[in-house]
Amino acid sequence: MNAFTARELRTAVIGAAALAAAALIPLADDGYYLSLAVNIALYAVLCTAWTLFSGPTHYISLATAAFFGIGTYTVGLGIDTLPFPLLLAIAAIAGGLIAGLVGVATLRLSGVYFVIFTLGLAELVRQIVTWLQTNFTNAVGLYVFTDFTEAHIFWMLLGLAALVYVTGWLINRSRLGFAMRIIGNDETVARHAGIDVARSKVILFMISGAFIGITGAVLAPRFAYVEPPSAFNPLISFQVVIMALLGGTSRLWAPLLGVIPFTILFDQVSAHFPNHTSLMIGIAFMAVVYVLPRGVTGLVEDLVRTRGSGRPATVAERAQP
Amino acid sequence: MTALLSVHNARKVFGGLVAVNDVSFDVSRGELVGLIGPNGSGKTTMLNLITGALKPTSGTIMLDGTVLSSRPAHFIARQGVARTFQLVRVLPSLSAIENVVAGAVFGHARHWGADAYALAEDLLHRVGLGGRADAPIASMTYIDQKRLELARALASDPRLLLLDEWLAGLNPSELKIGISLIADLRDEGRTIVMVEHVMDAIRSLCDRCVVMSSGTKIADGNVTEVLTQKDVVAAYLGGEDA
Repeated sequence: MNAFTARELRTAVIGAAALAAAALIPLADDGYYLSLAVNIALYAVLCTAWTLFSGPTHYISLATAAFFGIGTYTVGLGIDTLPFPLLLAIAAIAGGLIAGLVGVATLRLSGVYFVIFTLGLAELVRQIVTWLQTNFTNAVGLYVFTDFTEAHIFWMLLGLAALVYVTGWLINRSRLGFAMRIIGNDETVARHAGIDVARSKVILFMISGAFIGITGAVLAPRFAYVEPPSAFNPLISFQVVIMALLGGTSRLWAPLLGVIPFTILFDQVSAHFPNHTSLMIGIAFMAVVYVLPRGVTGLVEDLVRTRGSGRPATVAERAQP
Repeated sequence: MTALLSVHNARKVFGGLVAVNDVSFDVSRGELVGLIGPNGSGKTTMLNLITGALKPTSGTIMLDGTVLSSRPAHFIARQGVARTFQLVRVLPSLSAIENVVAGAVFGHARHWGADAYALAEDLLHRVGLGGRADAPIASMTYIDQKRLELARALASDPRLLLLDEWLAGLNPSELKIGISLIADLRDEGRTIVMVEHVMDAIRSLCDRCVVMSSGTKIADGNVTEVLTQKDVVAAYLGGEDA
């Protein structure tokens, strides 16, 4: 359990190679394809961070927009006075702290109550920010002027993706990761085995919230003008859930299999049917839940099992981009 | 002999129903105590109070001087109280050995890594599941799942082991194996409280038994004496004239 297995090593090498190859994209194109690549990297980070918590616990969090917006606003407020790396750290801490507070208050709630609370939270934070801005400042939004280009943002997102994957891998081999697997199976057994269930969930939710906070901060320069409806856009929360469920939540890299096709699809839909994006997202959401309840990885595993040939992991590894 | 577990006036009320009515008893170190009584007499509720699955309405439960009552279940587990469940609870998406490791990592004894796996391997052998470390849980028979649950409980090296009808549902030959397994645990000095309906097991294993009826303790003492006591017989067979 504590040593590197051959499979882990192979996955790490493939992952590093894929990241390195992706890092070359801005050299090849700095227009449409780079922009698409930024979106894919963005959702890859968000969905993986979301899955860190929601995968093992099966809690559907719609608070992504709240953490993301807090990160974006951290940069919006501090960009003129503080260095950017420090703002990223503050965004991480702010995201983690809010997640911790929400976690302590709500993780005792189960199922649908948690979903509704997190959705409400994102809206609440947005309303508070709007209220503060209209009452204490002159403008509703904030300008974020930096020297960052799209390529810089892309590289930062790739670095963040690497960090999320390494963190996820470390969690999986830690006591916390093992505790989460037990909790996912049977909370009663987990408690009676000595696991502090609530504490484990809160810690994981904080890690997830911190990463989403940093992602929001990294994206702020891309917005240039930050205002509550764009920073706390609830669509982000829903898209993250759809993409992660489409890919699957049983493995660390599984959400990526949902992120890539869905981001491309969404890009095409918003280009060709700009007035019907919400409708298309709704249909996609239902389709994913009905047709692929366990995501692409679940489907692949089922296929492998019914054929009775090979290990699921072999096929899955091959499928890894 | 000093009391390891001491239950003092434990009471649990659900709405208007008094499930456990001011029950007190002690369990000494190394003792194997049977907790018996007719269905619905509050035995499992009593176990749930000790393990923290339920909080007592009033009363005190102590383990070796530490107050357990009203503490969360994970705290109690870390103090060294391990249990099995009346309806067997295994972790289906984990392998057999991981099920046992789950008991070794977070509880009273905190093992990790190769250490935890070695311990789990030994325990699987001990409960009769040697060589089946990687077996899928779903393919296991009922008794094997019960064995697995016992191995998980033992993995934390508990100071107090609570067995909730661990022998229920076993056929006669399985029962023999089960009884000798528990006898082994007793002989190595484990402190055990077992809720059980199988009277043969109680007679052959227990030094002492506590009898509950309608939430109240009606007898406590030597097994053969208690089982012939008039009110105990009445509780089991019903009626004043039994």
